[in-house]
Amino acid sequence: MPAGRLAGLGATTHVHHGLLAMSSPPSIAPVIEVNDLRTYFHTPAGTARAVDGVSFRVAPKRTLGLVGESGCGKSVTARSIMRLVRPPGRIETGSILYRRGEDTIELAKLDPHGHEMRSIRGREIAMIFQEPMTSLNPVFTIGDQIIEGIRLHFGSSYAEARARAIEMLDAVAIPAPHQRVDDYPHQLSGGMRQRAMIAMALSCNPAVLIADEPTTALDVTIQAQVIELMRELQQELSASIIFITHDLGVVAGIADDVIVMYLGEVVEQAPVRDIFRDPKHPYSQGLMSSLPSPTQPRKTRLSVIEGGVPDPFALPRGCRFHPRCPHVIDICREKAPTLTEVSAEHRVACHLHEPESA
Amino acid sequence: MTSLLEVRNLTKTFDVRKGFAQRLAGSVRAVDDISFSVEDGETLSLVGESGCGKTTTGRALLRLVQPDSGQILFKSQRLAPKGEAYRQVDIAAATPAELKALRREIQVIFQDPFSSLNPRMTVGEVVAEPLEVQEFGARSEHPARVAMLLESVGLSANDSKRYPHEFSGGQRQRIGIARALALEPRLIVADEPVSALDASIQAQILNLMLDLQEQRGLAFVFIAHDLAVVRHISDRIAVMYLGRLVEVADTDTLFGNPRHPYTEALMDAVPVPDPDRQRSKMPGLGGDVPSATNPPSGCHFHPRCRYAEEVCKTDTPPLESSGADHFVACHLADSLELQPFDSGGSSQPIRGRQ
Repeated sequence: MPAGRLAGLGATTHVHHGLLAMSSPPSIAPVIEVNDLRTYFHTPAGTARAVDGVSFRVAPKRTLGLVGESGCGKSVTARSIMRLVRPPGRIETGSILYRRGEDTIELAKLDPHGHEMRSIRGREIAMIFQEPMTSLNPVFTIGDQIIEGIRLHFGSSYAEARARAIEMLDAVAIPAPHQRVDDYPHQLSGGMRQRAMIAMALSCNPAVLIADEPTTALDVTIQAQVIELMRELQQELSASIIFITHDLGVVAGIADDVIVMYLGEVVEQAPVRDIFRDPKHPYSQGLMSSLPSPTQPRKTRLSVIEGGVPDPFALPRGCRFHPRCPHVIDICREKAPTLTEVSAEHRVACHLHEPESA
Repeated sequence: MTSLLEVRNLTKTFDVRKGFAQRLAGSVRAVDDISFSVEDGETLSLVGESGCGKTTTGRALLRLVQPDSGQILFKSQRLAPKGEAYRQVDIAAATPAELKALRREIQVIFQDPFSSLNPRMTVGEVVAEPLEVQEFGARSEHPARVAMLLESVGLSANDSKRYPHEFSGGQRQRIGIARALALEPRLIVADEPVSALDASIQAQILNLMLDLQEQRGLAFVFIAHDLAVVRHISDRIAVMYLGRLVEVADTDTLFGNPRHPYTEALMDAVPVPDPDRQRSKMPGLGGDVPSATNPPSGCHFHPRCRYAEEVCKTDTPPLESSGADHFVACHLADSLELQPFDSGGSSQPIRGRQ
């Protein structure tokens, strides 16, 4: 990769100072601001608090990585922003602010089926899903599916929209886009399908792109290509990205800032270097050290996080991580920790890092 | 010395049928003339991307698919003639009775812990079933043996009365491992056993497999695509591409001195959990894995290979020795300077407190 882009990444870092820090006024207004979001699923078996008091901001042109294990609420957070949560799921409280120039739109208050949300969804906030085979319609060509969105949002003529679709397929490095535009999804390989999904998501030039595990179903060499492509497109299109993944290696490669979620809550948020060099939360530390490291002798025991993720209908009292935490102290069993700033832009929800318990 | 398992020139072709009339449209050489061996107590990993034939190879070892040609020689103790320690049995040509006997010595762990356990059977029944089928010991001793097996994989004896749906993915994989261990096999084929699991659970299962190997002297054929995991648990690694072996070596040699361009590209594509290293990599591998129905001529890898020359387009490179216990199928193996896996992390700690 050219050194120029690395220098560019470094140069934007200082601009971003204070954006994640809720206490200080941000220098640039975030595009997305989520405050105390709670999305619950009311089922006969009880209420699952899938997202439970999540707050974060996404700055313009930045990539926020959302990591955590299955059931931590990262996908439900994304679907809440897109207003795609289906019953029995419901946004209970909290706000999702989307900034368009001078306007601020409260997405959480919009009717998910209403005109305004439909004009934002796909046009201004677009989403890429994990499995391109199930999120593309098998009976329409990929061209038709991209054209549909462009015509819907811009009212373009068919010919204009088709030209734009071909241009987008070219931008995501699909070979022979003039021919591929008339292919059906099954005629494309997995990597090509995911590129077509990205082309569709970016065809309306959205301000925010939400990517939910976009490379998880792909082979490693194809995954590397798609990540490289997303990095390049972000530079060109100046979109903000929310990148959801369970793979710490992937997030290290693409995110500027990282949020670690556990059982519906944010346990740590920090710039990407801080989270990898100096994870503060015992859960983040556990996740990092459970990966097989190239520096660890082969065939030796990996360090593990003991136990499993608890039942979402019977969440532990106090800190939700306490039954698995190697550093648990009395207060963890009683009182939930709050997200506290430990250094610039680095916030962690752990009693060990709260000033009063230190 | 005779290897525990010796695979010679294994080939498996699948017919491809198309359309309403299921007309024969071609064939896929899922496994194309591959040979390798596995020693007692060692872990050999088969790695490669989807469609490379690693799963078909694993299934052929169990004869869950019938190979077209080649031999799969297993050093069987149960089928040894009187007075002998073992007999080499060709799994590819074994009779049904021989196969049943071999099931005691070779077992399998599947990828998906949700679909590989019968939802209508209790965990106790799942683990006891191989004991009953094989009439292993006295039936009255089975419950005690099931309890012992569950405990050895980190579950409790009381779990035997529960049903698979009551368990998480990691616990179900433990049940699958207990079932595989029930007959005290010497070789376990593990097909992507941890790829469906979350990171923290994956480490638990890998530790369990390492412990069991140490306690029982098990050999594993470990089929996986995650090179970080593979590097950690393997003694030797075989890299596959479009049905062929491209490189076989012991783990340290493969990572420290790869000789095949595909191995180099595969190692470079691994997402490393280090933000600084990730963004300063060489340009990745272009193109897609070609269709296996119509593989490229010569070396299958040549259209994606940055080093390819004319000879690569026409001639298939044989798998040849390239140093002690190191085999490579590349025309240019001796002239290329390839990047070893960047182990990194030597100067700065990048991991959390251990």
